[in-house]
Amino acid sequence: MKILVCISRTPDTTAKIAFTDNNTKFATEGVQWIINPYDEWYALVRAIELKEKDASIGIHLVTIGGAETEPIIRKALALGGDEAIRVNSIEEDPYFIASQIAFVAKEGSYDLILTGKETIDHNGSSIGAMVSELLDMPFISLATKLNIEPTQAIVTREIEGGEEEAEISFPLVISCQKGMAEARIPNMRGIMAARTKPLAVKEPQSAEKLTTTKAFVLPPAKSGVKLIPAETPELLVQLLREEAKVI
Amino acid sequence: MPVIIFTEHSEDKIKKSSLEAVSYGVALAGKLNTEAIALVVGPTAAPLSQLGEYGIKKVVHANDTAIIASDTKSMAAIISQAVDAHQADVIIFSNTLTAKGVAPRLSVRMKAGLVTGAVALPDLTNEFTVRKTVFSGKAFADVTILSPKKIISLNQNAFEIIKSTGAAEVIPFTTATIPSSIKIKKVNRMAGEISLAEADKVISAGRGLKGPENWGMVEELAKLLGAATACSRPVADSNWRPHHEHVGQTGLAIAPDLYIAIGISGAIQHLAGVNRSKTIVVINKDPEAPFFKAADYGIIGDAFEVVPKMIEAIKQLKK
Ligand SMILES: Cc1cc2nc3c(=O)[nH]c(=O)nc-3n(C[C@H](O)[C@H](O)[C@H](O)COP(=O)(O)OP(=O)(O)OC[C@H]3O[C@@H](n4cnc5c(N)ncnc54)[C@H](O)[C@@H]3O)c2cc1C
Ligand SMILES: Nc1ncnc2c1ncn2[C@@H]1O[C@H](COP(=O)(O)O)[C@@H](O)[C@H]1O
Repeated sequence: MKILVCISRTPDTTAKIAFTDNNTKFATEGVQWIINPYDEWYALVRAIELKEKDASIGIHLVTIGGAETEPIIRKALALGGDEAIRVNSIEEDPYFIASQIAFVAKEGSYDLILTGKETIDHNGSSIGAMVSELLDMPFISLATKLNIEPTQAIVTREIEGGEEEAEISFPLVISCQKGMAEARIPNMRGIMAARTKPLAVKEPQSAEKLTTTKAFVLPPAKSGVKLIPAETPELLVQLLREEAKVI
Repeated sequence: MPVIIFTEHSEDKIKKSSLEAVSYGVALAGKLNTEAIALVVGPTAAPLSQLGEYGIKKVVHANDTAIIASDTKSMAAIISQAVDAHQADVIIFSNTLTAKGVAPRLSVRMKAGLVTGAVALPDLTNEFTVRKTVFSGKAFADVTILSPKKIISLNQNAFEIIKSTGAAEVIPFTTATIPSSIKIKKVNRMAGEISLAEADKVISAGRGLKGPENWGMVEELAKLLGAATACSRPVADSNWRPHHEHVGQTGLAIAPDLYIAIGISGAIQHLAGVNRSKTIVVINKDPEAPFFKAADYGIIGDAFEVVPKMIEAIKQLKK
């Protein structure tokens, strides 16, 4: 059983969001980078939990990114990946990224490909489904539970107003969210071991770009809060009705 | 040429989020001088001709396919058949759980550039550029779609439903059957709740409420206002509330007309999921709580005193 976990690098959740170069680039100065939370907490950790139950499982990681992503790949290896592949490209079009992941996945013939639910910077929630279509595999989005049997996966996914449990044969692609796994932090042994785990760098294959980001915009600042005395919540109710017109 | 809108239904009604997508698609078709077609997949008793009241003249109904929404592959195949049959160039989705699985597959299948989380109509003076949320609602990006075919997945509560008059013609559409590789074993639905993603009012509470036993007043307020309930992450993590109520950067991102936050500090990760709400009300006993900076209205006070009084005031109003 071989699992491929798609790892992306994102700014820390508390990072200041600002732009440079005429609002065409994210301002990276002083920004801490992390593994995209969904990729780490759910996709990767669930793969590690499965491997703890069955040592024959191999966990490979893939990142499409420049050399600056290597510290977070090492961190993912420290948590418990076996080896990693970095496709050396800073291209941001989702179709291009998905194409690169699909190339890597084809070469490695994986049984299971895991992605996060979405990246907290691009908010695309599209790479996993794109990869599945490129590989002609089933795709389960927004999974909250994953168990595996010899030939199939048993997956619970979120649906509007509830959840649904399904059985799907391998190979398949799953995007992971909350519920999948218990959080964990890398230990010293893992960190030491990660230094010598294989990290292969590949050049991207040619693939089309279907979109391009022109510029970024910050939302207008709030004009300030109107405070209502705690003794008179009825005044708030009145304002919500007459001024904001929301109730 | 036409614009096709993937129109979802549930419990024999067209979903509110799909009516937003329909309004968006009709407005876009107007700008492009073409027609807007609603595509409905699967049997439903929803009165489809009434989509005419939202500016639709033609509804294509793939009614013979009892296909499960979870089967993203078959769903994408059916949509692409309809797109081909009508030679549509633009496909509009509402960015629902279903769309998140289907729209990217369709994007690959048709080599159509995809923008998810759109918040406005495309700017056609600047090629075909769509504004979408990025950084979990903390910013927007203007993304240009380069391919001839284009897919836009519209954020919920981002575009107003526009009413017009008329009845739509409903045309049955037969699709090739596609075997499904997914076996659904169990479905659990929480009956009677208002879907958080679609809700236009949300009452949310945090750790300030001390324990799950204190949610009665939150639920009562929500019920009175016809609102959905939500919570901060630690509240869901402690199992005080179900996980699907968790909003924020790592939970659901929502944009209701009214968001009332009770006993929530307003951490940046929480704000990321709710800051697109149109009116934000914060009730917190700490005047320094960061949430007040993001709020439109605030009460500095003890939730256990303020909320019951609010409930009384609303009851008075309703009399
Ligand atoms: C990577 C990452 C991702 C995260 N993602 C999310 C996310 O998606 N969503 C999320 O919510 N959090 C998220 N968090 C957690 C976030 O940082 C905060 O810890 C969390 O939002 C705090 O929840 P809270 O406001 O309910 O609790 P607290 O921070 O404990 O705040 C409780 C508030 O209640 C007030 N209070 C107490 N008693 C009363 C009373 N009687 N009446 C009125 N007010 C009262 C207090 O003054 C305080 O402001 C994330 C954190 C990280 C690191
Ligand atoms: N550059 C990348 N390299 C590897 N995996 C990625 C990359 N970008 C996104 N992913 C994966 O795809 C998921 C969804 O990303 P997105 O579609 O951008 O929201 C993420 O949670 C990752 O698992």
